[in-house]
Amino acid sequence: MISLVILISSAVLLLIATIWKRKSPAWLREIPAFTRLHRALGLSVEDGTRLHVSLGNGNPLDARGGSAFAGLAMLRIIAERTSLGDKPVIASTGEAVLGLLTQDTLQAGYHIAGVDELYVPTMGRVTGLTPFGYAAGAMHISQNEDISANIMLGRFSSEVALLAEASDRDNVTMIGASDNLTGQAVLFANTQDALIGEELFAAGAYLHAEAAHTASLTVQDILRWLVIAALLGGAFAKFVGII
Amino acid sequence: MRVFTAVIAIAAGVLVLGGYFFPALADVQTLLLNWAIILAGFAALVGIFNLIAVHMGKIRGHEKGRTYSALLIIGLVATFFFGMILRPQHAMMKIVMNGIIIPTEAALMGILTVSLVYAVIRLLRRRADMMGIIFLVTAALLMLGSATLPFGNIPLIGTLLHPWITQILALGGARGILIGVALGTLTTGLRILFGADRPYGGN
Repeated sequence: MISLVILISSAVLLLIATIWKRKSPAWLREIPAFTRLHRALGLSVEDGTRLHVSLGNGNPLDARGGSAFAGLAMLRIIAERTSLGDKPVIASTGEAVLGLLTQDTLQAGYHIAGVDELYVPTMGRVTGLTPFGYAAGAMHISQNEDISANIMLGRFSSEVALLAEASDRDNVTMIGASDNLTGQAVLFANTQDALIGEELFAAGAYLHAEAAHTASLTVQDILRWLVIAALLGGAFAKFVGII
Repeated sequence: MRVFTAVIAIAAGVLVLGGYFFPALADVQTLLLNWAIILAGFAALVGIFNLIAVHMGKIRGHEKGRTYSALLIIGLVATFFFGMILRPQHAMMKIVMNGIIIPTEAALMGILTVSLVYAVIRLLRRRADMMGIIFLVTAALLMLGSATLPFGNIPLIGTLLHPWITQILALGGARGILIGVALGTLTTGLRILFGADRPYGGN
C-alpha cells in the first residue's frame, strides 16, 4: 500500500512539475560530463567524425531497466542532432531486446530530423550477448570506425574497463555512467568525468529534451529530501525508543 | 500508427504495474510478461542476424578488421549448425564451450585486471583532485587490509580501518547511490508511462 501511495504521489508530482517546467525555464547545476558531451556533439558534426553510444547490457524487461531507458532517451536526442553529420552515430548494446529498441530509437531520431532516408539499420548493433562478449565486440568500434567520443550510458560492470581502455588508447573522449556500483567505480577511475548515481538519469534534461526530463529531476530532488527526512526521523525515533 | 503503438505500450505498462498492486490484474500481468519473454527470445535471434549483417558489411566493404569479422561469422555459423544437429548437451559442444568460450572470457578477465591496475596508476594524471586522491588512498587501504600476508592482518588497517571503511563508509555510500538510482528509475518509468519518453519509436 505504501509503495502504491509513493507511486501515485510521484506521478502527480511529475505531472505538476512538467506543467510548471513548460512555463518557466529550468536552471541546472553544471556537470562537467554533460558539458563535455555538448562539446563532443558539436565537434563530431564539425569534424565529420562519429559518436559511439554504448548502452551496456541492461535488460529493459527487468526491474533495473531504468538505465537502459535513460540511455535510449539520450540516444534519441543524439541521433536527432547528429543525423545531418558526415558520419552517423553508432549505438551498441549487449542485450537483444535493448538492441531492437536501439534501432527503433535511432530510426525515430532520424524521422524527427526529417532525414529518414539516411537511417541505416546497422547503426544500432548488438555486439555480444554476454558482458565480456559485448565489450570485446564494442572495443573494435572505437578503434576502427573513426570515433571521436564514446558515450557509455547504461548498465556496465567491470567489463567497461576494456571499453574505456580501448577508447583511451585511441584518444577518444569518454563519458561514462552506470547504474551498477562496480561499473561506476571502474568508470570513475577510467574516464575524465564519470557520472555518479542518479546523474545517469539527468542526460535528457541536460541535452534539453522535453520539459518532462527537467521535471523528473525536480521530482527526484523532492523524493530524495523525503527519503533523507524519513531516514533521519527513523533514526531519531529509534534513538528515543519510539520504534 | 504511432499513436496506436503508444496507446498499446502505455496500456501494457499500466496493466503490468497494476498487477503488482491489484490481485485482479495478476493474470493479465503474467500473460503480458510471458509474451514479453517470448518476444525477448525472438529478439535474441534478431540480434544475431544484426551481428551477422554488420560483419558481412565489413567483409563486403573490405573494411579494417574484416578478417576478425570473417572468423566471427564462421565461428557463429559453425556453432549454430553443430548445436542444432548435436544438441547443446553433446560432448563435442561441451568441448567448444569449455575449450573456447570459457577460456576466452577468462583471458578477457585477465586483461581486465591489467587494465584496472593501469587505470589506477594513471588516475592522478587524469583526475588530480581531492576525489581522485581519496579514491586512490581508499583503494590502497582496502587492498592492504584484505591482502593475505604470512604474518596475518596488518595491525590497525586489517582489523579496524578495513571493516570500518567497507561496513560503514562504503556501505552507506553504496546505499545512497542505489537510492538515487532507484529514484531515477522510478521517474524514468513514469515518463514512459505518461508517453513523454517513447523508446518504441513514437515521435
